[in-house]
Amino acid sequence: MIVNININGQMHSHDVEPRLLLVHYIREYAELHGTHWGCDTSNCGICIVLMDDPNSDQPPYPVKSCTMLAAMAEGYEIVTVEGMAKPDGTLDPIQMGFHEMHALQCGFCTPGMMSTGRWLIERHPNPTQMTDHEIRDGISGNLCRCTGYDNIVKAIRWAAAYIEEHPESARTAR
Amino acid sequence: MATVETGPGRHPGWFGYANGDTFGQVKDAPIGFGHMKRKEDARFIRGLGDYTDDVRLPGMLHGAILRSPYAHARINSIDTSAALAHPKVAAVVIAKDLETLGLAWMPTISYDTQAVLAGDKVRFHLQEVAFVIALDAYSAQDALQLIEVDYDVLPAIVNCRKALDPDAPLIRDDKVGQTDNLASPMWEAGDKATCDRVFAEADVVAKQTILDPRSHPCPMETCGMVADMNPNTGQLNIFNANQAPHAHRTVYAQVAGLPEQNIRIMCNDIGGGFGNKVPVYPGYVCAIAGSIVAGAPVKWMEDRSENLASTGFARDYLMYSEMCSKNGKITGLRVDTIADHGAFDSTAQATKFPAGFFHIVTGSYDLQGAHCQVKAVYTNKAPGGVAYRCSFRITEAVYLVERMVDQLAMEMKVDPIELRMRSFIRADQFPYETATGWVYDSGDYHKAMKLAMEIADYDGLRKEQQEKLQRGEMMGIGVAFFTEGVGAGPRRHMDILGLAMNDGAELRVHPSGRAVVSLSAQTQGQGHETTFAQIVAEELGISPNDIMVRHGDTDKTPYGLGTYGSRSTPVSGGAVAVVSRKVRDKARQFAALMLETRAEDLAWEKGRWFVRGDPERGATIESIAEYAYSATNLPEGLEGGLDANAVYDPPNLTYPFGAYISVVDVDPGTGKVHMRRFIAVDDCGVRINPMVVEGQIHGGLVEGIGQALMEIISFDDQGNCLNASFMDYLLPTALECPEHGFELGETVTPCPHHPIGAKGVGESPCVGSPPCIANAVVDALYHAKGIKHMDIPCFPARVWAAMNGNAQPPQ
Amino acid sequence: MAMQTPAPCEYSRATSVDDAIAQLQALGGNARILAGGYSLIPMMKLRLANPGHVIDINPLERELNYIREEGDHIAIGPLTRHVNMLESDLLDQHFPHIFREAEAVLADPVVRNRGSMGGSLCQSDPAEDLSGVVVACKGQAVLRGPGGSERVVEMDEFHIGPYMTCIQPTEMLVEVRIPKRRGFGGAHEKVERRAGDFAIVAASSALAIEGGKIAWAGVACSAVGPTTMHIERAEKALVGQAPSEQLFAQCGQMAAADCSPNSDGRGPADYKRHVAGVLTTRALSRAAATALR
Repeated sequence: MIVNININGQMHSHDVEPRLLLVHYIREYAELHGTHWGCDTSNCGICIVLMDDPNSDQPPYPVKSCTMLAAMAEGYEIVTVEGMAKPDGTLDPIQMGFHEMHALQCGFCTPGMMSTGRWLIERHPNPTQMTDHEIRDGISGNLCRCTGYDNIVKAIRWAAAYIEEHPESARTAR
Repeated sequence: MATVETGPGRHPGWFGYANGDTFGQVKDAPIGFGHMKRKEDARFIRGLGDYTDDVRLPGMLHGAILRSPYAHARINSIDTSAALAHPKVAAVVIAKDLETLGLAWMPTISYDTQAVLAGDKVRFHLQEVAFVIALDAYSAQDALQLIEVDYDVLPAIVNCRKALDPDAPLIRDDKVGQTDNLASPMWEAGDKATCDRVFAEADVVAKQTILDPRSHPCPMETCGMVADMNPNTGQLNIFNANQAPHAHRTVYAQVAGLPEQNIRIMCNDIGGGFGNKVPVYPGYVCAIAGSIVAGAPVKWMEDRSENLASTGFARDYLMYSEMCSKNGKITGLRVDTIADHGAFDSTAQATKFPAGFFHIVTGSYDLQGAHCQVKAVYTNKAPGGVAYRCSFRITEAVYLVERMVDQLAMEMKVDPIELRMRSFIRADQFPYETATGWVYDSGDYHKAMKLAMEIADYDGLRKEQQEKLQRGEMMGIGVAFFTEGVGAGPRRHMDILGLAMNDGAELRVHPSGRAVVSLSAQTQGQGHETTFAQIVAEELGISPNDIMVRHGDTDKTPYGLGTYGSRSTPVSGGAVAVVSRKVRDKARQFAALMLETRAEDLAWEKGRWFVRGDPERGATIESIAEYAYSATNLPEGLEGGLDANAVYDPPNLTYPFGAYISVVDVDPGTGKVHMRRFIAVDDCGVRINPMVVEGQIHGGLVEGIGQALMEIISFDDQGNCLNASFMDYLLPTALECPEHGFELGETVTPCPHHPIGAKGVGESPCVGSPPCIANAVVDALYHAKGIKHMDIPCFPARVWAAMNGNAQPPQ
Repeated sequence: MAMQTPAPCEYSRATSVDDAIAQLQALGGNARILAGGYSLIPMMKLRLANPGHVIDINPLERELNYIREEGDHIAIGPLTRHVNMLESDLLDQHFPHIFREAEAVLADPVVRNRGSMGGSLCQSDPAEDLSGVVVACKGQAVLRGPGGSERVVEMDEFHIGPYMTCIQPTEMLVEVRIPKRRGFGGAHEKVERRAGDFAIVAASSALAIEGGKIAWAGVACSAVGPTTMHIERAEKALVGQAPSEQLFAQCGQMAAADCSPNSDGRGPADYKRHVAGVLTTRALSRAAATALR
């Protein structure tokens, strides 16, 4: 069946098996390798991408792309890590924050983790006031084996503070 | 060549970005050691990492492995006809097919053999039985279901205590002369007679059986390979995430009978290793064989259940131990261990050390006598044992000794830190030879322990514990102190499969003054592209932004044994420092020519040679580089160019150490353990990049939380693996960690023999944290209920059982 | 092989509830409704569920995602996402704080964005948090069949066994109704091995307190039986009494005695039984405190 998905503002159209998972549509058909996979049981969050409902004013929210059929993503806009920076290359604050605070080591969980981090900031009424518990709870669906999470919490805080100082930097990817 | 501005952080606009970030260039990079953000981040934060599953080659096929549903069974027949008839299947390979290539069995690092695909019998649950090659990954999985295997189930051994029972089924009937399930005969260290005497004279003896259960390193990226055999040229290109590419290449050359120089292994980005990506796995050999047979590239990527159930596990040491004291000080330790190696002995360690470095089990204490013995058995479980940031069994050793110290402290009714302070090797005793033959070169244990106590407010914690006890609340304070030996190793003592455990480095400074250093170490996230550039920067005064670190490609890097056992800084770091100094010395020769003086009249300050007493007359490393390539007249013996290579043979291991304190709260109604605080003071000698060191420590501490509280690979009586998915193999999330973060401290005792005084730190946090947290839980149980021991993992149900006096080992 | 994947299947989208049901009928039992997908798709990847056809009802988001007050009950649409349940002030206002507490510990924040109330209830996992809450609150499930016929089922009849509900092959869950109660207070207590894990044991307790006496009680436990356990004996013991710690401890003992846990990787049966008691006592205590505020 033909499945059309808007990924990072670009429409992709491919003839795929109905059972094809979104993560594989992104990796094999749209050929965007930044979205990874790490388990079989929807626990690890490595495959997380942002999903944007054009009919809702909710900010793009993280979904586990291994637990969606590609067909289910039609009509939404998917934002992968490749779509986080602006077209001119300006990095999203979450990307900058991860670099500034050493929130990545092997980089494998990073795209999914940044997606969740970005969402935590966008959905919170007062992101720089997020407590440690709120951030940790917010990323509890994202496993990381390398960093021990402390610097990820700091990176998310850094990004929230950056956005507060540079409001034009929020929501850069479209 | 276009004129470009050189210097830190500046590059042609090609990679320029609006916010000043340039690809792989880091702002405010120190020229040498210090806090520096990572160069490699640039691609990862943009999703441009290049991992094994990202490899796409024209005509590439996909492999999938059919695995055994039984732990122990005879294979009567395998019918692949239905799978072969699947329209998208290119080939199905079974043991019989591999036999014709001589690949049905492969050698292991421990001089055993391991089945690539099971032919006669399956010997562990989810062992490899058949390899399907199809046009796409989904079809490969579909085709697995079409293969029919007829098994006769046999009784399975899953309990290592029973492996040597006279009526135990023989697992390795494939080995000529094997009559029982002994995998590796008794190996011992220490002096038994001295040890017996010490125990005879002791005041107090503590005894305990302690299990360090089977767990798994579980990197976020599973194992896999793309094998591409070009039938026309005989060139085998391999894309594979592995921690020791040169060693693997040598193994494939031997196993597949291919010329070593025709094999190229490219490890691009690796999504975590932790020892899981050290062994050669059957899937790799299948991918290579598949590529040879199909005449096309073959990709094999395992799924998470295969990773957990069949790849290199960790620990599984059953240890009976006694520790004794005299006059208030620890004096003796003896340990008798059964090591469960699974169905094939594929433990990865230096040849002369079948129990790895377990005999460092005397720990950080000035003992009068010690003896340890380890024998290894086969069981119907997956092969492995040396993995998960273990420093070759040092995790097991430190777990044992630190649990025993707490046990002894309980028997002696002494505070556990007080007992350690009395018993530590003193700073003035270094270099110190232990009762089991190690020579620790340096350390100041009391200082580290005191610092940890200060950060933790240890006395305050003990007061709080008493107050809580009055109110029926359970709080535990755990302590662990570790010394480990890393950076294997001196070639006279240490080899793996006969290959000396040395590492190489090659450094070339280009005419532009920028450099490339090639390593045999293999990063899986440790930050090598930054830290090794910093080593060169420290030695030569070139910005780390101008030093490219090349690794991972066997065609482009010097031979070496790879990254595990915290080797990178001690061994490869040593090699890089040595090769940088060679380049600096060569630069001196050129500078002498440039400045028309003698080399011995020159002095060095970072970045330039200058005339002693006349500092205005000097030559920067950049100008020297240009000169080296362009000078028309060079004296006899001085070759043009500014480069060097080195193979570093470490004179000894290095001995990082640390003092850890943790605080837990235990719910008395449910047994649930909550990690409140974790204080870690580490001494890893000189720190190249404190930011990277701290990141390593954070990660290792969380792995300790995992091992202490929730990670275990367990089996039922039939040998079925019960934890082969993330539903049941539980890794800590951010919520399982102390809410306000880890509290780190440092002491610095430089390594006396290492070129830059560094010791390495990668595994330390994973060594010190499991016993620290186990001790905390037991401390809570002890103060509330008088319970002196429970085995990890401390699941709520297991803690509750222990609280009620029913502690059982988990398997 | 690289990450496990589903067996071949067909896919269609529903244009309305009746269309979904008509498709179920036409496909003769070989089709499954696909909502959030966080229960069905993992089972399909492990090949424990192999529907020949999945009917995607996510296009019906607008019709089926709602939480609204309707007379004597709160009506919840089956596609209401867990995040909506968690954040619903209406739910929390009428049933403080039982729904919010259960949703906060159900799966993880990312799963909650798409996982649906209907999907979770229909999965009927005995360890599932939301089922415990709905049973405790004496919710009702509205099932629609071919031709628009509907029936209303009490939650005790809804869950009939592990991963089994009373839903017929051509029926679909279209609404869950939670009766309003004056003086309501509720709580959800959970013990798990790790954040996001299914419960080792969970207790959902709900009380309505009027004039200082318990007018109504709902007591349920998850993960200690073939389905959510409804502890009726405790409910009877509570009604008409004044709330007290002693009473709640007794009810805890009843929960411990009346549940039927299995031993498994999460814990042995005797432990689970003990914890069912501990958590029920705690949940009742907190439910009462909330009701009395």
